[in-house]
Amino acid sequence: MDERRNLLPYWLSAPGVIAMLALVALPLVLTLSLSLYPFDPAVGVGEGLTGANYADIATDEYFRTIFARTFGMALMVTALCIAVGVPEAYVLSRLSSRWRAVSMVIVLGPLLISVVVRTLGWAVLLGNEGVINKSLMALGMIDSPIRMIFTFTGVVVALVHVLVPFMVLAVWASLQKLDPATEQAAESLGAGLPTVLARIVFPQVIPGVLSGGLIVFALAASAFATPAIIGGRRLKVVPTTVYDEFLGNLNWPLGAALAVVLLVIVLAVSLGMNRFVERRWKQVFQ
Amino acid sequence: MSSTTRTPLPLVVFHWAFGIFMLAPLAMVVLVSFTDKGYISMPFDGASWRWYQAILDAPDFIDAFWRSLGLGAVAATLATALAVPAGMAIAWHRFAGRDAILGLLLSPLMVPHVVLGIALLRFLTQIGGSSTLWGLTAAHTVIVLPYVLRLVVAAATGFDRSVAQAAQSLGASAWTVFRRIELPLILPGVAGGWLIAFINSFDELTMSIFVASASTQTLPVKMYNHIANTIDPLLASISTVLILLTLVLMMVLDRFYGLDRVLSGKA
Repeated sequence: MDERRNLLPYWLSAPGVIAMLALVALPLVLTLSLSLYPFDPAVGVGEGLTGANYADIATDEYFRTIFARTFGMALMVTALCIAVGVPEAYVLSRLSSRWRAVSMVIVLGPLLISVVVRTLGWAVLLGNEGVINKSLMALGMIDSPIRMIFTFTGVVVALVHVLVPFMVLAVWASLQKLDPATEQAAESLGAGLPTVLARIVFPQVIPGVLSGGLIVFALAASAFATPAIIGGRRLKVVPTTVYDEFLGNLNWPLGAALAVVLLVIVLAVSLGMNRFVERRWKQVFQ
Repeated sequence: MSSTTRTPLPLVVFHWAFGIFMLAPLAMVVLVSFTDKGYISMPFDGASWRWYQAILDAPDFIDAFWRSLGLGAVAATLATALAVPAGMAIAWHRFAGRDAILGLLLSPLMVPHVVLGIALLRFLTQIGGSSTLWGLTAAHTVIVLPYVLRLVVAAATGFDRSVAQAAQSLGASAWTVFRRIELPLILPGVAGGWLIAFINSFDELTMSIFVASASTQTLPVKMYNHIANTIDPLLASISTVLILLTLVLMMVLDRFYGLDRVLSGKA
């Protein structure tokens, strides 16, 4: 191979790399610097560097509540997605190929439909005048509507619906690597299905569960449309707060600081978890 | 992976319940769109097409639809043009900095879209590109690039390089090898990647809400702003049209690739 040949991969990837540096890396660095400026109501971004925005976020009860709510919500959504997505992926793996094709479209198809449309569906279902409340009242089971929209529970349910396909997908991928002979061996030795699931299947799909959990957690913590529509103005999370600071209060430096903190937490969790998974389950990835 | 024992009943019941959970909100949107009332309600005591006719009287939604369609097509095409050479480099060559380059090209998947949104709003404002369509297009191009790249790398990793080397040894130029041998072989990955990129651009809300201005609103942004004020059956009828269009694309993707493979980037 001559010298020109060795430079080829760099030439080939250069356009993409330049686009990413210019439109992702550089703007992120600028956001970091923006977060270090004070807010000046007259001109927007004031003069002189300051850590005041971060101090605000760290000390103000208002922001602490929002961060706690965001990550509490993300954890809960992740736990529910694992509880629902893992068994569903397992059932998918046992279906006949025709039923599996139909089920795949039902489970994964919603990923291709806009989050706005899916969230609208939950708003229709959960509203005080919504389908669930109206049916329950018509059946005489309740007298006054149960509050579901604009509640924490409502947002969690809608987010599970939006994100659970990612979990199914991840677990499904690791189920496909499973050797059916191990299951059959356990069965032929007299193990019942619960034992086979607990001792044979589940331990082998843990890497899939963890990588799915990571995707779901990161997407839940950074979800905007669903908390904004189902949670409303009072149930704020970090992304909706960033939106309000940027486009409502026009306090760009504070909005940038909130975004930086969100980014750092999400990246730290993702990279930390990746490290852990790769070290613990190294052999699985070889 | 079919097992010798039958799937136990509780799992079957769970599977059905899960399917209902996934479909219920979409079914609701479709049902509500056929109401003859002026507010969100079931169509059982009066159905009509009035909210579909209402779409025709909402030119700003129709404009936003065409804008999203064009934006998705252009962004997916630009992302493909950038991702195909990079994907071939990553799949076929071992070079210093390869992992770093791959990480950088996939980085938009790791960054919350709300963060990318404000970062690009600030950046585009500074260089005078905010509220322009090209700014929005550039932003969409980088966020959909990872989807194309994953499928191109997966497609390129699979095939035998000796064919290309044979062509080269017979005197074919690099361009001929690419056009006549390499591109046709990875074309399924490229096409699947383009389609997934298009869908992701068409559906993108969180970043666009910062980068799009009143004159460059995409359909999801327009719909979100409408929902923030009022939820009426017009949104349900527009959503139903979108669900139908997506269903068609879904069939195409599932038929040629399998939804699971194309969505997890393994086609």
